[in-house]
Amino acid sequence: MEPTLEAQKSISTDNNAIVVKGLRKSFKKLTVLNGIDFSVKRGTVLALLGPNGAGKTTTIRILSTLLLPDGGQALIHGFDVVREANKVRSLIGLTGQYAALDEYLTGEENLHMIGRLYRLNHQDIKRRTQELLELFDLMEASARTVKTYSGGMRRRLDLAVSLIAAPPIIFLDEPTTGLDPRSRLIMWDIIEQLVTAGTTILLTTQDMDEADRLADKIVVIDGGRIIAEGTADELKQRVGSERLEITIAEASSFETAKRVVYGEGLHLDSKTRTLSLATKGGVHQLKQVLSRLDEAGIGVENVSFHRPTLDDVFLTLTGHTTEQPNIVIEKQEA
Amino acid sequence: MTKSSFITSVQTEKHSKIFWALSDSWVLAKRSIKHITRNLDQLFAVALFPIMFFLLFRYVFGGAIDTGDLSYVNYLVAGILVQMLAFGANYTTLNLAIDLQRGIVDRFRSLPMASSALLVGHVGADLVRNTMSSLIVLGVSFLVGFQPVAGPVEWMLVLCLAILFSLAISWLSAIMGLLVKSIEAAQWTGFIVIFPLTFVSSAFVPTDTMPEALRFFAENQPLTHVIEAIRGWLVGAPIGDSGWLAFAWCVGIIIVAMPVATWLFRRQALR
Ligand SMILES: Nc1ncnc2c1ncn2[C@@H]1O[C@H](COP(=O)(O)OP(=O)(O)O)[C@@H](O)[C@H]1O
Ligand SMILES: [Mg+2]
Repeated sequence: MEPTLEAQKSISTDNNAIVVKGLRKSFKKLTVLNGIDFSVKRGTVLALLGPNGAGKTTTIRILSTLLLPDGGQALIHGFDVVREANKVRSLIGLTGQYAALDEYLTGEENLHMIGRLYRLNHQDIKRRTQELLELFDLMEASARTVKTYSGGMRRRLDLAVSLIAAPPIIFLDEPTTGLDPRSRLIMWDIIEQLVTAGTTILLTTQDMDEADRLADKIVVIDGGRIIAEGTADELKQRVGSERLEITIAEASSFETAKRVVYGEGLHLDSKTRTLSLATKGGVHQLKQVLSRLDEAGIGVENVSFHRPTLDDVFLTLTGHTTEQPNIVIEKQEA
Repeated sequence: MTKSSFITSVQTEKHSKIFWALSDSWVLAKRSIKHITRNLDQLFAVALFPIMFFLLFRYVFGGAIDTGDLSYVNYLVAGILVQMLAFGANYTTLNLAIDLQRGIVDRFRSLPMASSALLVGHVGADLVRNTMSSLIVLGVSFLVGFQPVAGPVEWMLVLCLAILFSLAISWLSAIMGLLVKSIEAAQWTGFIVIFPLTFVSSAFVPTDTMPEALRFFAENQPLTHVIEAIRGWLVGAPIGDSGWLAFAWCVGIIIVAMPVATWLFRRQALR
């Protein structure tokens, strides 16, 4: 991966591949980004984590010069995404939320076309196309039109196309949403290899596991604001080192249980009849909670301790889960 | 999978801005032209529709239409050709709307390419499509009795005007394609503009029998000038001022529509 001379110059003075300061964007009256700040170190992966409508795609679109911000600044290798859009475009590869391929061209033709539009020379285009087709297991399908491709194949080709010019920075907007488990693992593997090769990656996801597995740093956004950032472990610490989860036996007594159990970082889920709360892992707290439930005559079906998942982090930070955007679940007053 | 394939270097070529603007346009024109051959429906639609009209007018209505000294076949060919060119050039609207919906435009916009190249590509493909369907329609017209009197100069004039007319309509179509909100809308907007324009003209019938106001419109709208000019050169009918007026209209439309479409395309990126 060889950035241009100019790009190298700016890298030597700044270790950040991407710097975002006070980014704002509204569509008519709807404020979608309300002052976003973050930076991505060169050669690392940053995951923008947030539910549907959080502003992830909007952020990516601004960074990839598809959309003008209303305020704030974004720099890619030191180049401004608004004023130096063309420089930025030669440094980035974009894989959007939906495959951006030409249906009537073959896989190979798609790669050739985009390679030439990146201004590569013909030899490199041919070599790189072969490499990528092999790498993404698309060799056999390379002479077929994309119309005939499966969902997983399209995603792979879409990513391959954005890698044709071997850009030092890649944007991936929900790269695994809607993929079957096997395709998802393949995608993760490819992303990890890209990082090993020195690429800087900004990805968005709604999936905690994905962020946990791939990202060096996670930025949690909700409603156009950053609500937390840090490594996966740092975020997990905010909800306690361990979580206690209790499943109530009968749905009818769940309401009562909500009243007698309290504690830090309490989450309630009436569908699965579970209560979960932050704990230091002591037996004392377990005993206390169980005896309170017992006194109230509430049967317990299951008790477990587990390391907090990013789902728990998200619930603690935003008050709603990723599956139920914007529905604030009841919070316990201590 | 081998890791080495990710650590690779590629060379970009260094050329002037103009070189790249042309290169990008060529790359995207090739793409759109491939679409024609892979999606033959569009080509058939463009060629079959005018042939149907041709035969319909030639054999069903033709007998009842008085075109004076000129045989009706000879009268009709120019009208059919221009109508076909207009519909063929309108595919830019549809194909641009499809690109915008499918998200491939986002990819193009994130590349360091010339922003007008996509539009030029579609407009160029319309030209290729129109060339093919013109040949088909002319072929059919000879079969049903078309007898042109045009010499080499007249054929050249017809060719030049046909190209300019196709470009003019394509650039107008580009504007429409950038403005419509859906693929469905892109499919009918062209029809509701081109259909009345071709019928309220001298394409199929002489304008003399039309009511006053309609006749005034029909005789002064650009399509009539283009039709009259082409008819004049092909079969020797009187041209009047239509020759230079047709060229002026086409060039004028291109000069206005091209920058407007390019501007709209850029502006859309920045919504
Ligand atoms: N072009 C647009 N016009 C109006 N509203 C938009 C537009 N693009 C996105 N939005 C709105 O902005 C919000 C954030 O969208 P998006 O960035 O796509 O979220 P995410 O990718 O996190 O799901 C959503 O409420 C969406 O409806
Ligand atoms: Mg999104």
